[in-house]
Amino acid sequence: MGEFQIKKQAKQYDAVIVGSGAGGGMAAYVLAKAGLKVCLLEAGADFDPAKNSAQLKNPWESPRRGASTKYRPFGDFDGCYWGWQVDGEPYTHDKDDKWEWWRARMVGGRTNHWGRISLRFGPKDFKRKSIDGLGDDWPISYDDIKPYYDKIDRLIGVFGSNEGLENDPDGIFLPAPKPRLHELMIKKAANGIKIPVIPSRLSILTKPVNKERGQCFFCGQCNRSCKVYGDFSSSSVLIKPAIETDNVDLVTFAMAREVLTNKDGLATGVAYINTIDNLEYQVFGRTVILAASACESARLLLNSKSNRHANGLANSSNVVGHYLHDSTGAAMGGVLPQLFDRKRYNEDGVGGMHVYTPWWLDNKKLDFPRGYHIEYWGGMSQPAYGFGWAIENQNGKYLVKGKQKEAGGYGTSLKEDYRFFYGAGVGMAGRGEGIARYESYCGIDNNTVDKYGIPVLKFHTSWTDYEIKQAKHMKETFKEIMHEMGAIITWGDDGPENNYGLANPGNIIHEAGTVRMGNDPKTSALNKWSQAHDCKNLFCVDGCPFVSQADKNITWTILALSMRTSEYIIDELKKQNI
Amino acid sequence: MDRRKSIKALLIGTASTALLVDACKNTNTKLPEETASPFVGADRMKEEKAAYEKLMAEPIFFTEHEMKTIIVLEDIIIPKDAISGSASDAKVHDFLEFIVKDKPELQVPMRGGLRWLDMQSLQRFEKAFVDIDAKQQLSIIDDIAYPAKAKVGMEQGVAFFSLMRNLTATGFYTSEMGVKDVGYMGNVPNQWNGVPDDVLKKYGLSYSERELKECASYSTNG
Repeated sequence: MGEFQIKKQAKQYDAVIVGSGAGGGMAAYVLAKAGLKVCLLEAGADFDPAKNSAQLKNPWESPRRGASTKYRPFGDFDGCYWGWQVDGEPYTHDKDDKWEWWRARMVGGRTNHWGRISLRFGPKDFKRKSIDGLGDDWPISYDDIKPYYDKIDRLIGVFGSNEGLENDPDGIFLPAPKPRLHELMIKKAANGIKIPVIPSRLSILTKPVNKERGQCFFCGQCNRSCKVYGDFSSSSVLIKPAIETDNVDLVTFAMAREVLTNKDGLATGVAYINTIDNLEYQVFGRTVILAASACESARLLLNSKSNRHANGLANSSNVVGHYLHDSTGAAMGGVLPQLFDRKRYNEDGVGGMHVYTPWWLDNKKLDFPRGYHIEYWGGMSQPAYGFGWAIENQNGKYLVKGKQKEAGGYGTSLKEDYRFFYGAGVGMAGRGEGIARYESYCGIDNNTVDKYGIPVLKFHTSWTDYEIKQAKHMKETFKEIMHEMGAIITWGDDGPENNYGLANPGNIIHEAGTVRMGNDPKTSALNKWSQAHDCKNLFCVDGCPFVSQADKNITWTILALSMRTSEYIIDELKKQNI
Repeated sequence: MDRRKSIKALLIGTASTALLVDACKNTNTKLPEETASPFVGADRMKEEKAAYEKLMAEPIFFTEHEMKTIIVLEDIIIPKDAISGSASDAKVHDFLEFIVKDKPELQVPMRGGLRWLDMQSLQRFEKAFVDIDAKQQLSIIDDIAYPAKAKVGMEQGVAFFSLMRNLTATGFYTSEMGVKDVGYMGNVPNQWNGVPDDVLKKYGLSYSERELKECASYSTNG
């Protein structure tokens, strides 16, 4: 190995950040704007939605007509590089445990394709143990984080409506788009059975917020990332302006190997492998900030062993990797016969639902402890691979233009059927809170490394009856709404045989909890500033510090916590405390 | 205004969305291709480009005879009518050649299904499917196109025809011709002001006072 050597960067940064998604992007933005020198490591390729998005492409511009590949599991036009499997980077499972691990490898991470659902956690979401005795309370409250939610509402932009709901706090909202036709039908049906339906809260610009970003033009394709920056992606909204300060060195294709520490146990930098030239590098900084995603950050810490941190860095509590939890998910779909043969018009709208249902019940009166929200879809969407599939399950079942047909068929009659049924689909999905448990975790697999020689994660994860009962409740609710609106259920009417269609953990891609915060260093890895108890110049700003994840999507809270931690870092550096 | 120009205008932020929407309405919506194949272009990562190039360098999958049969079948499923052309007009067979390479799990059901069809044809008419007349072809198709009433012994043919129908429909309705046929009107910059009034009226629905007051609305005069 004559040529094998480690290239050490001479430059000393104020911060080395690992990962450029929501959390890392926000940290880079806040620190760079304050004049600090930042090295931002990203394991994947560069990505700028203005240049790289497939927005406004037609289905025939994809040779596979938008079908998914392993590189783009959510379809050929989707804005995320990689997904459930990354070549050369395996992960393993304990026995029959299921965990589905989405990994984005690109500047901006998953924020380039996410659903832009931007929900604040409510006051109760920080104090669940005090309410139901399960899991733990956060060491912070809603009041600690509210100013940061306010700031990111203004900085990034989010539409919604102020409803005065106790646990779904109001925000500083741009106007929401009017509901689509099927959404008006959902609203009417759900309201009839006392289920609220309110404007969704998505970080999409229905009005401009600054001169650098364009306004939404309603193509409904946020998942491809937006060329005019009309929605929130870390790449366009945070990384780009951060780099423009000249205070950020962005290093792409930098796969972090471990956090480096000195004899005093303090973090000194990060070792990484460049995945293009395959050489080993080290960069150094006064602080190290992990934002590699909940599981990758835990993996990095567990792989950063030293005399001072024999159990992995920041892990004297032995909680790193534990309390891993994802949102629960279950869905149902059907058709609305009243929408057969409907009038055509453009109803693309924004990239996602215009209305949703926040959690509306009291768990004290139910047999499961935590809530869920409901997301909706339907209507006349852009045809893609899968269009027209299984027409034989539709065209024999319903009269087509007044005629009873035989299921299946071919020819001009079949063409009439495709037109007749187009745009009549409707569906809904629950996204709920599972309980963060010590027993559900990821750890290092002692027998397996990835192609860079980095030990990989092994997942030990499971659901409990709480989550299964919640999924059962979701399905009962969906059936009621479908029935009330006159829809016919075509899929997702599941029962106990498959846990009511409860998705595998990880599948909803809201994983959190692996390096949790708390006041007690014996039961938590981070303090209330997301600063490691064991290593004062090490911070985590992705989903890993979460104590629990609420019945809300976690991105808005990742952003708020990252901003709060970043301001704390600036302050502590000034005071020379770190 | 063409699409790239319109995006650029939005990016600069000088054109109001209303002007842009009007401009897009008044021009030919036929858009120039940005690159010969967008799938080796700027929005692909290097692993995808390599995989795409490897796939395109593979030999043609379907034999000439299989391809002839596919073209007959696709036009039986989606023929030309008053609204749009046929599946072969939309080059659905080219899509099929690509997709069986991209999704290799389709190769055996397609190849085997085509041979099943030829064997039926041979048994009934002593010729391959493409060599019998249209009436004879439909006599076989009628036995496999209607799953609920298909006779015992036809199950494999039914499964093949359902797959062929699925792939043909997907290929056709994701083509330029098919998208126009089904009437999808989106994928253009616009301003969402809600469901058109006549549609609301038809379904007996309306926006609430609060929605009308608080939701985003856009004036067409910019």
